[in-house]
Amino acid sequence: MEKIVLPEIENLHQLDVYLNNGGYTAIRKALSQSPDDIIDQVKKSGLRGRGGAAFSAGLKWSFMPKSTDKPKYLCINGDESEPGSFKDRQVFEFNPHQLIEGALITCYAINARKAYLYIRGEYHKWIKLMQKAIDDAYENGFIGEKMKEKYGTDFSCDLYIHKGAGAYICGEESSLMNSIEGKRGYPRVKPPFPAQNGLWGNPTTINNVETLTNVPPIINKGWEWFASIGEPKHPGTLLFGVSGHVNKPGVYELPSGTLLTDIIYNYAGGVPGNKKIKCVIPGGSSMPPLRGDALEGVKMDAESLRAAGSAIGTGGIMVMDEDTDLVKVLARITKFYYHESCGQCTPCREGTGWMLKLLNRIVDGKGSSKDLDLLISVANNIEGNTVCALGEAAAWPVKFMVTRFRDEFEAQVREKVELEVKNKVHSMRSTETPITNITV
Amino acid sequence: MEFKFTEENLQKIDRVLEKYPVKQPAVMPLLYLAQEQNGWISVEVMQEIANILEMDAEDVLGVVTFYTMFHQKPMGKHHIQVCTNVSCMLRGGYEIYNSVREKLGIENGGVTQDTKFSLEEVECMGSCGTAPMIAVNEDFFENLSKDKALQILDSLT
Repeated sequence: MEKIVLPEIENLHQLDVYLNNGGYTAIRKALSQSPDDIIDQVKKSGLRGRGGAAFSAGLKWSFMPKSTDKPKYLCINGDESEPGSFKDRQVFEFNPHQLIEGALITCYAINARKAYLYIRGEYHKWIKLMQKAIDDAYENGFIGEKMKEKYGTDFSCDLYIHKGAGAYICGEESSLMNSIEGKRGYPRVKPPFPAQNGLWGNPTTINNVETLTNVPPIINKGWEWFASIGEPKHPGTLLFGVSGHVNKPGVYELPSGTLLTDIIYNYAGGVPGNKKIKCVIPGGSSMPPLRGDALEGVKMDAESLRAAGSAIGTGGIMVMDEDTDLVKVLARITKFYYHESCGQCTPCREGTGWMLKLLNRIVDGKGSSKDLDLLISVANNIEGNTVCALGEAAAWPVKFMVTRFRDEFEAQVREKVELEVKNKVHSMRSTETPITNITV
Repeated sequence: MEFKFTEENLQKIDRVLEKYPVKQPAVMPLLYLAQEQNGWISVEVMQEIANILEMDAEDVLGVVTFYTMFHQKPMGKHHIQVCTNVSCMLRGGYEIYNSVREKLGIENGGVTQDTKFSLEEVECMGSCGTAPMIAVNEDFFENLSKDKALQILDSLT
């Protein structure tokens, strides 16, 4: 199977190797066409965003206003902070020039002259690798003023890295823009959308790293070629990051629509000790978890996963075997969203804290089955009531984990309560409390 | 204690400012430079950055407190970050965290008395496919076991 985003070519991260493999020919081809033609091709290719929402990339670009004198910007989202996601770092490490080329073509299409690549701060090593590629590209005239001479056009574009500093929320597009602007990373109320009112109030497009890395091959090989790969409604390959209880965790680039079981058992080598799977989160920790007995026939693309009761997210597949304590897993997931809630909206700021308290109580063996209903109620009160999607990201795992694995949560609650009662009786016997006062 | 950027860093700041149409976006890059030079973000650091970028010091403080990677107190020479998020947790992340915590004798956010180590339980670092992991300052160590993690601590001088 052909790899589009991460071709298996040795040292492809080096500029000369990239050039020897057809690198920077797509931007030349793009510059000989009109920006509208480029947008049209990307629209027809069916390329959809790889950052979670799976929105049509070409359609997003077409929202950029044409009749304005304001400067336009491209932001490239490499914040990659969703637990279970580790795909963009592969692009920074193994194919940085294709990302640069994709960003330049996008800038041309939306008439932007500056692009900011936002990379999470913890990725020190990958920021250095990416910066090296950008420096080499500048030096050789592939980015910046020298482009004009190289391609004989009046288009040129700058590309800068903006380093994040440890805030999950900055992967949310409006929060990312606030972070670039040097502010606290609070999400903005939408509308206005970034295409109208983005960076410093100017028209801005935000695309994920993997999305843009797909653009040069689309321009070079044609939209028909891309549209024919994988599932027609969500075409192309996807980078699936498989983690947790599998023998060969890692990133696998496969056509959209590949069977989830195929990815887990054939590519990721199955579950250690041939254990059964209890639960799989198919798209990063904020996506609804699937039961291990409901994985048969589930295909990995946006529509198929929606039909199966989850979502594609960032394609981060987390596998949990039969011995996994899902109550602890859910408490850990909730701790994450509690920690990362920016605190701007009350339902999310307070709700994530309440959910965490309830889950910790259940983990500690002090929960009751009423707590399970309360958890779902809190989750429902967060969902849809916040400025950004972190509310859903926090609510969905709780709501769906408790609902789909209710038996497991009930068992834990009941078991722990019974245990507690036994202990109470025992401890009372050892004291001189009159037997008549014992109530259990 | 008064804080001034070194000559070398002042030159870097000039290059950072070229990237943006206004000054404020440089606040995060400058905080990184200051943290590298000073070890942590003091009130004086924030004041100096506010002066350079023509911002209110309160707004700089707002940025510092929003992002977890800016430290408002001196951390250890080796800042040990252990991920305990789900993918690491499933493969022994908490075992590593607890053994590192016991070995160093400090809690989350703590610094050892000799200031050699500090410890932080961190959220997902994007090493899920190579879990579990720890990071020492800027370097990732992946595919770890408890023993390997403790060996790494022993090797740090």
